[in-house]
Amino acid sequence: MNAETFLIILSGIPWTIAITVGAFTMGALLGIPLCAMRVSKSGILRYMATMIILILRSIPPIVWLFFLYFGIGSGYLQVGPIESSIIALGLITSANLAEIYRGALKSIHVGQWEASHALNMPRWSIFKDIMVPQLVRVILPSATSYMIGLLKDSAIASTVGVTEVAFQANFVSRRQFQGLEVFAVAGLFYILISLPIAAIARYTDGVMRAKVAR
Amino acid sequence: MDLINFWLENLPTMIDGLIVSLQVTGAALVVGIPLGLLLALGVQAKTKAVRFSSMAFVEIGRGAPALIMLQFAYFGLPQAGISLSSFAAAAVALAWTTSAYTSEIIRAGLEAVPHGQQEAAVAVGFTRIDALRFIIVPQGLRVAAPALLGFSILMLQATSLCFAIALPELLSQAYMIGTNTFQYLPILLFAGLLYASICVPATIAVSLLERSLSKHSA
Repeated sequence: MNAETFLIILSGIPWTIAITVGAFTMGALLGIPLCAMRVSKSGILRYMATMIILILRSIPPIVWLFFLYFGIGSGYLQVGPIESSIIALGLITSANLAEIYRGALKSIHVGQWEASHALNMPRWSIFKDIMVPQLVRVILPSATSYMIGLLKDSAIASTVGVTEVAFQANFVSRRQFQGLEVFAVAGLFYILISLPIAAIARYTDGVMRAKVAR
Repeated sequence: MDLINFWLENLPTMIDGLIVSLQVTGAALVVGIPLGLLLALGVQAKTKAVRFSSMAFVEIGRGAPALIMLQFAYFGLPQAGISLSSFAAAAVALAWTTSAYTSEIIRAGLEAVPHGQQEAAVAVGFTRIDALRFIIVPQGLRVAAPALLGFSILMLQATSLCFAIALPELLSQAYMIGTNTFQYLPILLFAGLLYASICVPATIAVSLLERSLSKHSA
């Protein structure tokens, strides 16, 4: 494999990262109302959220992507390849993160709410000072491993023509008829990108754990 | 009504695709899960060579996207003189991914078996292999079962990636019908419904199983 091939595959990394970050941000935000519905007092909202989460997770990411790009994109609404990739992966991410958020909420002892109420803390302050610091600690490890999974799922964007790593690998392998090294290098890139994400997560987790260490 | 007719018209093609999807899932699981068990034992092996090669195999399988694995098997391996059909390539690539992920699930299951079981087995004169075969592995697999089933559902979904290597599975069939009729939205909706019709009940069944298993251990 020559340097040029290597550089072409390398040039896909910004899009791979952009799609991962875009979809994760969308999912992290949409996951909040979805989780709120999932744990709400209203039975209808709870049922709706459960169904939405179940359906989002039961249909493969690439089917959502095609549905948006070829289905809605052809004639109904103009959706570009990048937007549809981010939206498709973002929707699935929102369902998965909503479940992660819910697990974190469940892990906070009910006595914490009761104690904060007993101390007559304002609602916002309970949320900001008591809940969020504890939630983040629980959410962070699962959210980062989900993000690493999402990074790998972002490879499906190549099927609609986003010029990210998998697309570039495909492009050069077709041009040069040498798939072996090309796909090996592309796979290695994904592993290499996921390493710093995991390292940062481990570091932050350590710092946060140290704060509560007894 | 048009929509239903359109769906019925294409039902046979879609069912053919779904069968291929299920076959690939089956092949990946049948090869991948036993291999996952071997890898789970391999990463705990005392021999360094076995331990490191198992770890490398697992890390590559979990670290590289399934799509890249598929394309590596289908477009890359011929260069090394191994030409696989799209079905064989899909089975090989997804079995690798399956074995890597299930090895971690099975390892967690094996670790959940109390250490005393191993000691007791040795005390009554089991060989290492027999202790694994009759004592540790059966109990560990029982713990890992719900997670393995959950993973199997994800694997069925992952077969949709085989679109990229021209395997005539469900999504490829839907896309082909879409290209021929320009009715992308209805046919992709149908494909989504077919995936959901398997994955939704399966997910519910797995969570029920999980609940009934945890009832006894709690």
